Amino acid sequence: MTRIIVVTSGKGGVGKTTTSAAVAMGLAQRGHRTVVIDFDVGLRNIDLIMGCERRVVYDFINVINGEANINQAMIRDKRCNDLYILPTSQTKDKEALTRKGVGKVLDELSESFDYIVCDSPAGIEHGAKMAMYFADDAIVVTNPEVSSVRDSDRMLGILASKSRRAENNQEPIKEYLLLTRYCPQRVKQGEMLHVDDVQEILSLHLLGVIPESRSVLSASNAGKPVILDEKSDAGDAYADVVERYLGQELPHRFLEVQRKGLLGRLFGG
Amino acid sequence: MGLLDYFRSTRRGSASVAKERLQILVAHDRIARDSPSYLPMMQKELLAVICKYVQVDQDAISVNLEQDGNQEILELNIVLPEHSSPQQAVGS
Repeated sequence: MTRIIVVTSGKGGVGKTTTSAAVAMGLAQRGHRTVVIDFDVGLRNIDLIMGCERRVVYDFINVINGEANINQAMIRDKRCNDLYILPTSQTKDKEALTRKGVGKVLDELSESFDYIVCDSPAGIEHGAKMAMYFADDAIVVTNPEVSSVRDSDRMLGILASKSRRAENNQEPIKEYLLLTRYCPQRVKQGEMLHVDDVQEILSLHLLGVIPESRSVLSASNAGKPVILDEKSDAGDAYADVVERYLGQELPHRFLEVQRKGLLGRLFGG
Repeated sequence: MGLLDYFRSTRRGSASVAKERLQILVAHDRIARDSPSYLPMMQKELLAVICKYVQVDQDAISVNLEQDGNQEILELNIVLPEHSSPQQAVGS
């Protein structure tokens, strides 16, 4: 049975695309056939983060409009055979995402994929609502910062009321909290919301905490999902996130200030 | 303020302020979001009925829905004018 996962947040710049890329790659690495779809029509990004921007020929909107079939538009990842990317259009209007069209594409993909990861645009406009509508699971990406937490709470309201599951009186969308850009050092100094506080406010199941890390920018510079960076704490944290999503119980790492040895201090790390 | 207080106040940090503000804000947002959609309409109709009998202002009536554990409390608050002279009921 295919699961449709939406990666959402409301607020922009919190790490939705980074998360979509990492989670999709993580699921595919573990042998699940996975496709990641960019719902941010007009501002396509997932192809860049995945490093396949030069291979885009047709896109999601072309498929919806019947100008290409799904196999022409999907790009197979070069690092992992079980991962496909469905980029979006850079030029078309976001209204091109019709509910009927999106539903048809998702139905078709459900026949051959285990997981469909929907990378939502920021905001609560049409594209974001389309990305959420068909979801079975939602990863709510949140920064430990007031506006991000508030926006996440608003997304929870929309997830609960404006989805296919809600309209059909099915079991509600499973919602997970993913806290990103977390700085244990600043939390310790009382400058940043603690993960427990965010969890208490949103009362959500915590899927993981991704520490603020330089490797996230390096990964996006290189077009390589950060989960592939074995030396990165953020990459390790995303690997845990994928395992937890798949049902493993793992303790949360990277919540405490990492003690650096003398060499670490000298050479950075 | 002593030196010790200075350190203590910085130790408390802005995160606890953020938490307090968020708790209030989110609770407020949720009440607005979860209240049934018939509430504004009902408020309007109640006001119309009350106006048939007593002269009250638009602002003098407030309808509030509160969640208290398992039960919901619908609170209706009407401020009557000081000299509430009964009006002739319309249509009678």
